Amino acid sequence: MKLLTHNMLTSHVKGVTKGYPLLIKATEVKVNEVDFNPQFVSRMIPKLEWSALVQAADELGHRQDLPVELVPEYEKNEEFLKKVHRVLLEVEVIEGCLRCPESGREFPISRGIPNMLLNDDEV
Amino acid sequence: MDATVENNVKPVRRSKEDKKVIRKQLKASHTLLKHEGISTAPQPTKSLVVANGGLGNGVSREELSAALKQMGEVDKLIMHPNKPYAFVIYRSEESARKAHINLNGEKLQCGENSVTLYLSYVDSVTCEEEASVPLPEGLVLVEDFVCSEEEALLLAAIDWSSTNTDVTAQKSLKHRRVKHYGFEFRYDNNNVDKDKPLPAGIPQECLPVLERCVKNQHIDIMPDQLTVNQYESGQGIPPHVDTHSAFEDTIMSLSLGAKTVMEFRHPDGRLVAVVLPERSLLVMKGESRFFWTHGITPRKFDMVPACDPQSFGDTTPDLRTSSNLTLSKRGTRTSLTFRKIRNEPCRCAFPSACDSQGAPPAPSPPPPPSLPCCHADAALLEEQYVHRVYDAIASHFSSTRHSPWPRVCHFLCSLPPGSVLADVGCGNGKYLGVNLELSAVGCDRSSALVQICAERGFQAFVSDALSVPLRAASCDACISIAVIHHFSTQERRLAAVQELVRLLKPGGRALIYVWAFEQEYNKQRSKYLKDHNKELPENHNPAEDSPEESQEPQGKSSVHSSSHSEDNYRTVDNNQHVTDGKLSVHTNRTAFETKDLLVPWHLKDGKKRVEGDSGEGGKKDQQKEKSKKTSRSKATLDCNPATSPGFDSNMFSDSSLDTIAATHSSKPIPGCDTSQTCSSALKSESEIIPAPVFHRYYHVFQQGELEQLCAQQAGVTVQSSYHDQGNWCVILEKALNR
Repeated sequence: MKLLTHNMLTSHVKGVTKGYPLLIKATEVKVNEVDFNPQFVSRMIPKLEWSALVQAADELGHRQDLPVELVPEYEKNEEFLKKVHRVLLEVEVIEGCLRCPESGREFPISRGIPNMLLNDDEV
Repeated sequence: MDATVENNVKPVRRSKEDKKVIRKQLKASHTLLKHEGISTAPQPTKSLVVANGGLGNGVSREELSAALKQMGEVDKLIMHPNKPYAFVIYRSEESARKAHINLNGEKLQCGENSVTLYLSYVDSVTCEEEASVPLPEGLVLVEDFVCSEEEALLLAAIDWSSTNTDVTAQKSLKHRRVKHYGFEFRYDNNNVDKDKPLPAGIPQECLPVLERCVKNQHIDIMPDQLTVNQYESGQGIPPHVDTHSAFEDTIMSLSLGAKTVMEFRHPDGRLVAVVLPERSLLVMKGESRFFWTHGITPRKFDMVPACDPQSFGDTTPDLRTSSNLTLSKRGTRTSLTFRKIRNEPCRCAFPSACDSQGAPPAPSPPPPPSLPCCHADAALLEEQYVHRVYDAIASHFSSTRHSPWPRVCHFLCSLPPGSVLADVGCGNGKYLGVNLELSAVGCDRSSALVQICAERGFQAFVSDALSVPLRAASCDACISIAVIHHFSTQERRLAAVQELVRLLKPGGRALIYVWAFEQEYNKQRSKYLKDHNKELPENHNPAEDSPEESQEPQGKSSVHSSSHSEDNYRTVDNNQHVTDGKLSVHTNRTAFETKDLLVPWHLKDGKKRVEGDSGEGGKKDQQKEKSKKTSRSKATLDCNPATSPGFDSNMFSDSSLDTIAATHSSKPIPGCDTSQTCSSALKSESEIIPAPVFHRYYHVFQQGELEQLCAQQAGVTVQSSYHDQGNWCVILEKALNR
């Protein structure tokens, strides 16, 4: 699971009103190199929940020095885009789990795949 | 002036065409060298290889021979079974040269189709006669056992009008019509009810024939059971051994109307194809009856020995020599199989194939489920008949799902770069990499399928389509391809649409595909139906998925099909219609009779695939996909909308040179070369049991139904809707002012 995906994922347990962002408890994290495409990263940034990304990167120890607030004119800041690229597309959680901030329900991540299935009583 | 212009134009055009011919010819010789080890000669010789002029291309010996003979005296014409080329040896080099000049690049009309021939000189021709294969032990073929008058009398005695089905047990099976006299052969347990004889015994008209059988010592005792099978061209019967405990040793089968080729397979892999001429009697005893399977491959043409007047008659027309073959178009064949009911357990010498001696009987099918009436029932039904099935068949399913549909690709490529896409019900992820400028994430209920996505380097997670764990309004686009038809109530189908809409941003679009009840639309039959008439087997590939899948070279799937035994038809024959609210079991590649149904999936290479889920192949894929992913370059249409059109109707359609390559890149066409596959399928006793059959629940949509469903959802409009190869499709747009 890349953090780009994590940024979209939310807890959907019945009754939960604030299931976002999911806390990451990782036991195995990998960094896989991916070709840098500044245009793609710039296009993704406005679609992200920025604070959730920074928090997730922090949890995994890959925050580098990403600011809490999004910097203005990031499109032209290649150094910044490279950092975002790394966090968004290169850092991957292989093993661990995602934890719902409200209910505490944990969703396992195994072989890089989050299993978000709910039990019958949770739907 | 005009004349000059014309004169000037013509040579130019011709030379362009000439160039094309030369190019294609070169390609043909390369293909021959690469795949067949046939090297062409630069200088004229007496011998030519005729690319595209082979039996494997649907060219008959007679048609090719006629064309070749116009160029000079032909010494020898060699046509190997299943090969897309032929060799011709002329008496003189001059004739060969003439043929090369006049026939190269020319079209040859073969029945309804035409092929373009490419000729090249060869130094030597491979024409070794293959060692003759003996008939299976205990098999006897008596030609002309009945005369034409008797044949007509017997055919007239079989009344196919369905008024008397009660007395004779008549059925339309998937691949043939069948009628029983004396006792009914039941396809659900592959046996007969010995204490329930049918009111109608063997027809009087058969008695003289049967008396002759006894007199000539083909059989010791008068048979008391008759099964009449009628095969139209293109129909067949899967390989099977007649149940030992049901019938005595000798089984006799009389062929009427048209000839066919029956294939006998020994468990050790030996294959003997036997031509059964019209009016011949086939007698199976001993090993050929108890141990060899026999079956007829469904197809429209057979490879049979060429009927040279001088050679015909003095040899049994089987396929034991292979270079003197031609194609024979199948007609309607009626077979009368006479058997004697067995009243004591079988004590044959082949216990591994004998149900009397403990060989496992065919398992009986579980009763079909009913259509759910409450939410809990629906969830349970989907759990059993959708989720578990996909997990079990994931690997095989994925292997048949590799070509994205062109119109889905078109939708994906129409999205602006940087769009966020969710593929809800992504299967093996074949749409996740179509447009690399998108940020695509997939989810599926089947963790086995999601695993395949992950191995391919795609972002995917496991979740239910009714509850997708993504932020509301986080997606620019969603696709739901062949998913919503798996929900078993209207409420759940609506909830699935609602969930897609929830994910969309205002202005975002969703593409939905569901399987259509109408497999024939605007007078066009879908690929799903069309493929039924092809060499493809009864099996698999419900074409809710790609039309391209079925354009694969025919060999592959047909070969596998032949290992299914007769009892695979059981569910189909039994549960043709809904009774007591039970779901009907669909017959693959036929029109739908109901909207809620179970669709069989015949697992291939069952055990191996299920266990070794993600093996080496998966890893290789992963690497390939990764390297593709890392180069996040321009958006590319990764799909392949125009696969060789020659493949899509049947193997005998217009053949381009691609046919050669394709024929060779695939497994051989069924028939003579299937022995290997079959041998592995029949190797051990336990593997004689046919591959397991899974049933998936579907609700197929009628015209307008999908639009109506979407209209119930507030805040979206149906932007467009269309029918695409047996699917109903809509594009929804979420309102901006929400």
